[in-house]
Amino acid sequence: MRRGPWLWAAALAAYTFLYLPLAIVVVYSFNDSRLNAEWVGFTWHWYGVLLRDDDMLAAAGNSLLIALASSSVATALGTMAGIAMHRYKMKALTFMVMAPVAMPEILLGVSLLLFFIQVLNLTLGMISVVLAHITFSIGFVAVVVRTSMAGIDESLFEAARDLGASPWKTFRHITFPLILPGVIAGGLMAFTLSVDDFVITFFTAGVGVSTLPLRIYSMIKIAVTPEVNAISTLMMLLTLTMIVLASRIAPNMLRGKA
Amino acid sequence: MSNQTAKLPPSARLTKWLVCGPPLVFLLLLFVAPSAIMVVASLRFPGEFGGLAPVAAAPGVLQGLTLETYRFFFGDFLYAEIFVKSFLVALAATLICLVMAYPLALLIARSPKKSRDLMILLVILPFASNFLIRVYAWMILLGPQGALSQLVNSALGAFGIGPVHLLFSPFAVLVAMVYVHLPFMVLPLYTNLEKHDPSLLDAAQDLGANRWQRFWHVTFPLSLPGIYAGATLVFIPVLGMFAIPDILGGTGDMLIGNLIKDQFLGTRDWPFGATLSILLTGAVLLCVLVAARLGGAGMRHA
Repeated sequence: MRRGPWLWAAALAAYTFLYLPLAIVVVYSFNDSRLNAEWVGFTWHWYGVLLRDDDMLAAAGNSLLIALASSSVATALGTMAGIAMHRYKMKALTFMVMAPVAMPEILLGVSLLLFFIQVLNLTLGMISVVLAHITFSIGFVAVVVRTSMAGIDESLFEAARDLGASPWKTFRHITFPLILPGVIAGGLMAFTLSVDDFVITFFTAGVGVSTLPLRIYSMIKIAVTPEVNAISTLMMLLTLTMIVLASRIAPNMLRGKA
Repeated sequence: MSNQTAKLPPSARLTKWLVCGPPLVFLLLLFVAPSAIMVVASLRFPGEFGGLAPVAAAPGVLQGLTLETYRFFFGDFLYAEIFVKSFLVALAATLICLVMAYPLALLIARSPKKSRDLMILLVILPFASNFLIRVYAWMILLGPQGALSQLVNSALGAFGIGPVHLLFSPFAVLVAMVYVHLPFMVLPLYTNLEKHDPSLLDAAQDLGANRWQRFWHVTFPLSLPGIYAGATLVFIPVLGMFAIPDILGGTGDMLIGNLIKDQFLGTRDWPFGATLSILLTGAVLLCVLVAARLGGAGMRHA
């Protein structure tokens, strides 16, 4: 295969570009200095500050709650959508599922803001954020589930039908067990996306509720402090764990998505 | 579709609606309806205290509907300029991503099958960390005490050029745009390049094509669908981005996204904000159409 030294050099530069900034964030989270500049010495201090930051802890609690609620609903709806997209090829549904994923997040954010306030007359808060997160997560779950559906041998469904199984029985005993890894992987993805979301939450949270990304945003708008590095490092660990879990359960997910 | 439904027995039709119904209803309510309301909002007058004016407030047949906001947009050069600037930033970010992603994707595609998955995973992994964290990382690097700033300024200092501020500049915005979206370019490119038949390159070599000729006449044209797919995935989110200019840009680095955000959360001129959103949606749809046209059937593989 043709892999010249130039190709290696360029690829190595790209990898460095991808990892160096994140490595710096992690390293400085252990730095015994207020400034993200010189290395002074190792400390757990910033993690301690983090644990005593009540606003941050409340935000983390909200983030988890929102992620749990939105990802469970999104997993149910996304699984149905994925099955429907594979089986019925309904164009309108496919469009509605995929469009929120494909368009710039700000558009979904402001249209939901408008809808919640002007039409539903809803006070922005936990509920509006959960509804918004479900809306953009459905598509991600649906894509993973559709990929799982496409991998199932159609003759299994025919065999079940020939043997007199009702649609529900076929789903319960054949379809669902076979797509379960996809469903779980999709659910984990929805959870991660919810915890991570900034833009759509920014528009739909109002003043009533704060999440981790919103808290980080308001902190870095004021000043760069190593406490942000510490929470960033912890969030990276969490996401990493979720990805490892998802890839163990559905090894083809990453490739299917690409 | 309706023909198909008619052919199904009643029980199968019931199953179909039980499966399609819930997501369909949810998305009709929380995606289609809000989008439709956005169109209506762009045709309304702003309310006295922000938001929208009540419909009944304006007399006439088309109660309270107006094209005023659109006239306002096209009447002021300032807004068109921000749109153009956003397009240029998106274009620049897309091109830089392409130049950085191509060698990487090519190397991965030409690596032994075993190491490919790991190499691709290494591209995706940083993308899994929170978006704000990735932007924050550049705040540190480009800050006055940051490593990159120091490096650049000591280099410039050697030539007697005064220190430059990298943070809160268009440069910072562009770097972060590229950083955040690079994986979106690598993935479709890799998916495309991986499928190339290596014997084509052998044939070109046998016919006397040198390294560059092989690249420009074989690999590159074949990878165009991957390029279009990646370009769409980078261009569209950059076009609507507000957080990066907000955090890393200066006061003059406003893009469409910032303008929209200001209308909804700052000045609270919702009809104008809605108009800007509709125009951005139009721009995005245009990009998708162009990419689909250029990429043709190839898009679907990526």
